[in-house]
Amino acid sequence: MALLSIRNLTTIFNCEEGQLKACSNVSLDINPGQTLGIIGETGCGKSVLGMSVLRLLPANAVINGQIMYKNQDLLTLPDKEMCKVRGSEIGFLPQSPSTSLNPVLSIGEQLTEGLQLHRGMIKEKARIIALDILRSLGLKDSARTSAEYPHQLSGGMKQRVLAAISISGQPSLLIADEPTKGLDAVNRIQVVDLLRQLSRKTRASLLLITHDLKVAAALCDEIAVMYSGEIVEKGPAEQVLNNPLHPYTQGLVASLPERGLYPIPGHSPGLLDDSPGCRFYSRCPIGNEKCKCQPIINREVDGVHVRCLYIDQSGGAQQRIYGRGFQSEAG
Amino acid sequence: MLNYISRRLVLLLIVVLGVTIMTFVSMNLAPGDPAEMIAMARYGLENLTAEEVEHIRISEGLDAPVWIQYTHWLAHALRGDFGRSLVTGDPVLQEIIVRAPATLMLALASLIVSLLIAIPAGIISAAKQNSLLDYLARSGALLGASMPNFWLALLLILLFSVTLGWLPVFGYGELRHIILPAVTLGTGLAAVSTRLIRSSMLEVLEQDYITTARAKGLREGNIISRHAFKNAFIPVITVIGLQLGHLLEGTVIVESIFGWPGLGKLLVDSIFARDYALIQACVLLFAVFFVLINLLVDILYVYLDPRIRYEKKG
Amino acid sequence: MSVFKNKLTLIGMIIILLLLCAAIFAPVLTPHNPNTQCLSQALKGPCSDYPCGTDEFGRCIFSRIIYGARVSLAIGIAVTAVSAAIGVVLGMAAGYYGRAVDEIIMRIVDIFLAFPGLILALVVAGLLGPGIGNVMLALALVGWMGYARVVRGTVLAEKEKEYIETARSLGANDLYIMFRHLLPNVIAPVIIMASVGIGYAILAAAGLSFLGLGAQPPTAVWGSMLSDGKTYLQTAPHLTIFPGLAILVTVLAFNFLGDGLRDLLDPRLKDKAWNRG
Repeated sequence: MALLSIRNLTTIFNCEEGQLKACSNVSLDINPGQTLGIIGETGCGKSVLGMSVLRLLPANAVINGQIMYKNQDLLTLPDKEMCKVRGSEIGFLPQSPSTSLNPVLSIGEQLTEGLQLHRGMIKEKARIIALDILRSLGLKDSARTSAEYPHQLSGGMKQRVLAAISISGQPSLLIADEPTKGLDAVNRIQVVDLLRQLSRKTRASLLLITHDLKVAAALCDEIAVMYSGEIVEKGPAEQVLNNPLHPYTQGLVASLPERGLYPIPGHSPGLLDDSPGCRFYSRCPIGNEKCKCQPIINREVDGVHVRCLYIDQSGGAQQRIYGRGFQSEAG
Repeated sequence: MLNYISRRLVLLLIVVLGVTIMTFVSMNLAPGDPAEMIAMARYGLENLTAEEVEHIRISEGLDAPVWIQYTHWLAHALRGDFGRSLVTGDPVLQEIIVRAPATLMLALASLIVSLLIAIPAGIISAAKQNSLLDYLARSGALLGASMPNFWLALLLILLFSVTLGWLPVFGYGELRHIILPAVTLGTGLAAVSTRLIRSSMLEVLEQDYITTARAKGLREGNIISRHAFKNAFIPVITVIGLQLGHLLEGTVIVESIFGWPGLGKLLVDSIFARDYALIQACVLLFAVFFVLINLLVDILYVYLDPRIRYEKKG
Repeated sequence: MSVFKNKLTLIGMIIILLLLCAAIFAPVLTPHNPNTQCLSQALKGPCSDYPCGTDEFGRCIFSRIIYGARVSLAIGIAVTAVSAAIGVVLGMAAGYYGRAVDEIIMRIVDIFLAFPGLILALVVAGLLGPGIGNVMLALALVGWMGYARVVRGTVLAEKEKEYIETARSLGANDLYIMFRHLLPNVIAPVIIMASVGIGYAILAAAGLSFLGLGAQPPTAVWGSMLSDGKTYLQTAPHLTIFPGLAILVTVLAFNFLGDGLRDLLDPRLKDKAWNRG
């Protein structure tokens, strides 16, 4: 029984230029305690996917489909009920720690809010628990941190504070939006540790949105690869990364620095483009006219779902376009 | 901080020098004989004699060159002696001290009126962007910013005093007397502040930390009052400080219309009477108020924004 | 959003054009001579003969408002032109020469900004004595600082660019660089400020003439018409309503125009479309 089950999620932004389809027909499942990674390039719609689940998109966004969480459809919940879900059922770890904390409220004030709201604590109790959470996330001098303001903290500390906020409501699902964006290698390892710590401590499921394949490899049980608003491949993490089936996933793996940094040629199509066929067609080395015009149906190969016409049903004979898999080089 | 305050006080000194010199120069560039004007104001046109004019010229030191008159005035002013009114002969300082509270009270009341209008209007306008309420608030703000306050004053009198008979036109001392002048001045200020608060709120509502707050499950009302408003209000404060200067300008006209016994009316009356001992003192006091208000606003700003607050401490 | 703004800009422009026409063709458009007194017709309400009624001397208020537009627009435009000219010259000098020149000019700006301008204008105009010229002088004196600041900022940013270097290496002198190369850059912000500034100057001038400064009787001026009318507020409110409306509409029109021009010429200030409801 999945904790979160997304069915045919389509998110459209009504802009001056037209309708921008940031997510189209996305279907995903996350089981309790499991970590699902959504990987893809910047602008592929993966953050919009996360924000659609939380229903925190600008007013010009229209979300269609179904987002079943613990057997209720989040998209049909009244606003008031949705507020109760945010923070207490679904925690959110935002992508840029430097701008995601309110500059005029102290850390303590920002952290106790959720505790008071979702766990019905009085201020004093919330304060004590908040200090505990901060300490458990490695902020040793938690009393001092709690009294400080965001501009007094380092980037790493802010991220820990945000992590503390995200788990303060004891959620069953955490959504982490690009937690390693713009970080150097050392900090990235720390964040990966932090996320591991979080999922161990809370036993919550994690929806990890990232463009970083290594972070995904280190943390995820399942991986879904997103391209231009669509999920093109999803399956167990090891299988997807070691034996990528979709030409795009293969391209992503091949573009890793240790794989020789072969970038995928071309640009992803604008999200305004609404042609029926494969969205990767223009950049795909094996694509042809058929891919361009024909709607693509997901195929399943050994538990991996792939959205490509040229994936053999047997799963064995697919073309190797960009070289070998992910792990073979890692050793 | 101390350094900053002392710089402000130096600026105040220069401003006072500047405006008082300008007053003196204007006075002496003007056609007509100041001594004659004063004599006329004191004794009336019928009783005007050449001897009296000459007497005034000598007794008030108007026969000396301009710069001597000015340094003379300045030397006394520095010692706290602003002279006597050329018309009534009363000590200027006393006159001003009696009048200042009325103007400060009116300014404060107007500020309260304007914030009572602008804060809710600005917030609702931003929170419900492009709704009917937003359009109403924005149209009101546009209208208010273009409204001549003297006309508004007359319209309010027409409605509330003449037609409905609810509020008095003139008077001082009771709450009902301050309502019309304060509303006149406050609405003009509110128009500008509403626009500012709206745009500032809109900018803040786009920030990442608002998303964080929403993701915590906070209600929209809580997000606006607790997370957005304080951030949005900080930049607005500086401009409201500047607006208070315009409020002082407004008191000049509004006090004249409502017969409000403040500095503004005193200034206008003394300008027409060419009572430049009083003019100088009024101008000086306006400068002091204006600079002090801005100083206060800056201090408030520092107090509200922890980013600056801690820098100063550290 | 943009539609709302564009419509208002258009309305603003139409009103300004109508006002200009009214001012220019006042003798043709007015049903009566603005200064002809007809005591038998005094304090009449609006009727077919007198569209806005008559004042205490039986003068046609409509005609006086139309003639008043001449004075108002003349003051507004002249004051703004002088303020802008002072501001542009000083701002350009401050930005271009920098150092001591900049320091001195900007300190003067600070000093002027540290005093409520309209009060200074009132004192100066009041003491210099009645007359339109004195009001204009006083308002120009307190209205130039904004232009100086904006122009200085633009020039500071622009003078570091390569084409200025090139011009200098080709032997262009300071004045040539300032007026040929730097001036075009400051035109857009100055125009935006000026269109709002005209409205503000008209408002300020009306305020001063309400207090009895500026053009003297019998010249028709909106501010003093209001001031005269307030005596008859109880019996003949049209004396105050119509001139006030004229001021409001005129100032509003210039504000509309200024807002629209800002959106058009300075896209940075445009309202963002991406806000949550």
